[in-house]
Amino acid sequence: MGNEEAVFFSRVLTELTLSFHIIYATIGVGVPLMIMIAQWVGIKKNDEHYILLARRWARGFVITVAVGVVTGTAIGMQLSLLWPNFMELAGNIIALPLFLETFAFFFEAIFLGIYLYTWDRFENQKKHLLLLIPVAVGASFSAVFITIVNAFMNAPQGFDVVDGSLVNISPLLAMFNPAMPTKVAHVVVTAYMTTAFILAAIAAFRLLKGSNHVYHKKALYLTMKVGLVFSIATVIIGDFSGKYLAEYQPEKLAAAEWHFETGGNAPLILYGVLDDGEVKYAIEIPFALSILAHFNPTAEVIGLDQFPEDEVPPLYIHYLFDLMVTIGMSLVGLAGLYWLGKLLKWSFVDSKLFRWLIVLGGPASIIALEAGWWLAEVGRQPWILRGIMRVEDAATTSAHVDTMLLLFAGLYVVLGIGTIVVLSRMFRKNPVERELEDRHIERGGDIS
Amino acid sequence: MTLEIIGITVLWTFLFGYLIVASIDFGAGFFNAYSLLTGRQHILTNVIQRYLSPVWEVTNVFLVFFFVGIIGFFPKTAFYYGTTLLVPASIALILLAIRGSYYAFETYGSRGHKGYSFMYGLAGLFIPAALSIVLTISEGGFITMVNNAPVLDYRALFTSPLTWAIVVLSLSAVLYISAVFLTWYANKAGDKEATILMRKYALLWSFPTIITAVGIMVELRSHNPEHYSNMLDIWWAFGLSFLLFVGTVWLLYKKRSYGAAFGLLVGQFLIAFFAYGFAHRPYLLYPYLTIYDSFTNEAMAISLIIAFLAGLALLIPSLYLLLRLFLFNKDYVRGKKDNHA
Repeated sequence: MGNEEAVFFSRVLTELTLSFHIIYATIGVGVPLMIMIAQWVGIKKNDEHYILLARRWARGFVITVAVGVVTGTAIGMQLSLLWPNFMELAGNIIALPLFLETFAFFFEAIFLGIYLYTWDRFENQKKHLLLLIPVAVGASFSAVFITIVNAFMNAPQGFDVVDGSLVNISPLLAMFNPAMPTKVAHVVVTAYMTTAFILAAIAAFRLLKGSNHVYHKKALYLTMKVGLVFSIATVIIGDFSGKYLAEYQPEKLAAAEWHFETGGNAPLILYGVLDDGEVKYAIEIPFALSILAHFNPTAEVIGLDQFPEDEVPPLYIHYLFDLMVTIGMSLVGLAGLYWLGKLLKWSFVDSKLFRWLIVLGGPASIIALEAGWWLAEVGRQPWILRGIMRVEDAATTSAHVDTMLLLFAGLYVVLGIGTIVVLSRMFRKNPVERELEDRHIERGGDIS
Repeated sequence: MTLEIIGITVLWTFLFGYLIVASIDFGAGFFNAYSLLTGRQHILTNVIQRYLSPVWEVTNVFLVFFFVGIIGFFPKTAFYYGTTLLVPASIALILLAIRGSYYAFETYGSRGHKGYSFMYGLAGLFIPAALSIVLTISEGGFITMVNNAPVLDYRALFTSPLTWAIVVLSLSAVLYISAVFLTWYANKAGDKEATILMRKYALLWSFPTIITAVGIMVELRSHNPEHYSNMLDIWWAFGLSFLLFVGTVWLLYKKRSYGAAFGLLVGQFLIAFFAYGFAHRPYLLYPYLTIYDSFTNEAMAISLIIAFLAGLALLIPSLYLLLRLFLFNKDYVRGKKDNHA
């Protein structure tokens, strides 16, 4: 296999693994928090419905966490198998957060095992809830540490290259790089947001499919509220991400916004298509790009004209950006409307149509998640380590990458189908109504 | 002690942890499948499930810790091993992924497909076989440099008796370690039938384990004389390890203190594993890569060691809690309580 082929297949395999893993990883970060909230509310209100909600989420979580763990192991090792030159360099500078991540993961794994097998073992529910804290902390910190590595790839610092060798290495400086604050915040908060909307979609779906149990209404109300909070937080962090990009990775921002010429009063281009270098059918919001980039409607925004052609990311990332932002904003609107509707007792938020929209919100938030990661990764091209190492110089020289791609693709199909089958069977065989009866749960209050 | 030695000792310790906990896990899967085949499933399944369910995820972390840690302490390994191990490591990964996730699917989702149990049991044997190839490769002779890039010679690898001896050792060690542990665990659970059966397996697999271990040493004499003579220099360590082996077998044979028997077994493998590693030093990949020329910079090494110590302070109490709640809790082990979500 020529090396060009090895590079191509390495890219495809990495993209495939990450795209698959990120769904499980996101759920893995978000669900522990959701379980914690539900169990906490249940204890506070002495409402067994919320406790059961926590318990059922925990049961489903085991399945997703298992796939998350094994695909996470896969991507962890694939980094070295497919990008050995990059990992040799990265190992010297950014190994610390990678190493810390395994500790966070370790911590989470131990307490998850304990938490799952100690339901009803304690007289005091609060003690059991305490065991979940290390799970949630471990899960979120795994995300923090791994995202720090990704941030480093976008804004490498903490070392100097003198005559081709690395000197003055500072692991802490490398960790706390300029991309880190916005990236970490964005990843963690969107994980909570995505999870909340996925769980809301499930609750809405159950309500649509015949069950009118107050259990599902409580689940829906709780998840939509959490979703609203974190989607608003996402918008705020997104704005800061724009400012980070304008300062440190202007080519990424410019490519995502189709901002070709450097200049002030820059408008924000939404949607549209690119026809022979010309933007057509787009919506232009005057001054918006300048505001996004610098908080100032007249500020100058660097355009793609400032970069050599072979250092400009592919322009199709604009579509990914549009997709991500559109879905994100729609979800803010949907959750806001729901919350307001519940507050003011508008009946249409309980209508079939509205509930279908909430169901749609689940898959939509996963699409937004994928679009966001593709934007982040493709937007860094042609670099694997911005300004230092190009993707084609990082890849393996090994043959057989194409065969491995096929094997892993098969694996992900098996795991994906397995997850869906097992989860749906698990909950269909043991519906809420029956479990409530089995457990003789009568203590259940009203919603909210 | 130099930073290099501290680094490799930390990693080697975690690899040893993986060796023990993963062996128990892999072996248990195999015994479970085998008992299905011979219609003795009712004897073993409960004991095995009780042990595995809360800890299987932790097992996996030991492996992740090792391969992330080695990139941190010895970044050059990414270049040498990353390039050459693509195929064996990918196969091991895929098997691990199927095995790990289907364990969860089966345990928490829905029970009872026989074909699945066989797959699960077999995968547990292929994984150590695939992973053990790394040790074989590290002995040198299978990697050549072509255009400044390492290339693995599969033909030489698969026709070498050393490869197959190490594969056989990894398999019999997996079954031996697992059987000894499960004998102890079944005995604690008060399950007589399972204890008798596991004790039989333990005795059965003890001899292939020790014979192949000796065979590998003989094999190394011609394959890597330097490593062999280093091992001879510390013959007493291997001798001590052998005495512990004898102790384990004797206790099992006499049906006495299974806990101590497992303790001796851990001691046997610990000493042999570290003696092997000590003799292997300084090479990570003979003769291209040593722990000295592949070592990371000092700033990174120190920060990794600090992180390791801080992490350990968090992990040891947590692991203790896990063991106390499940491994050393009588009610749980005996199946009197099942508080699964």
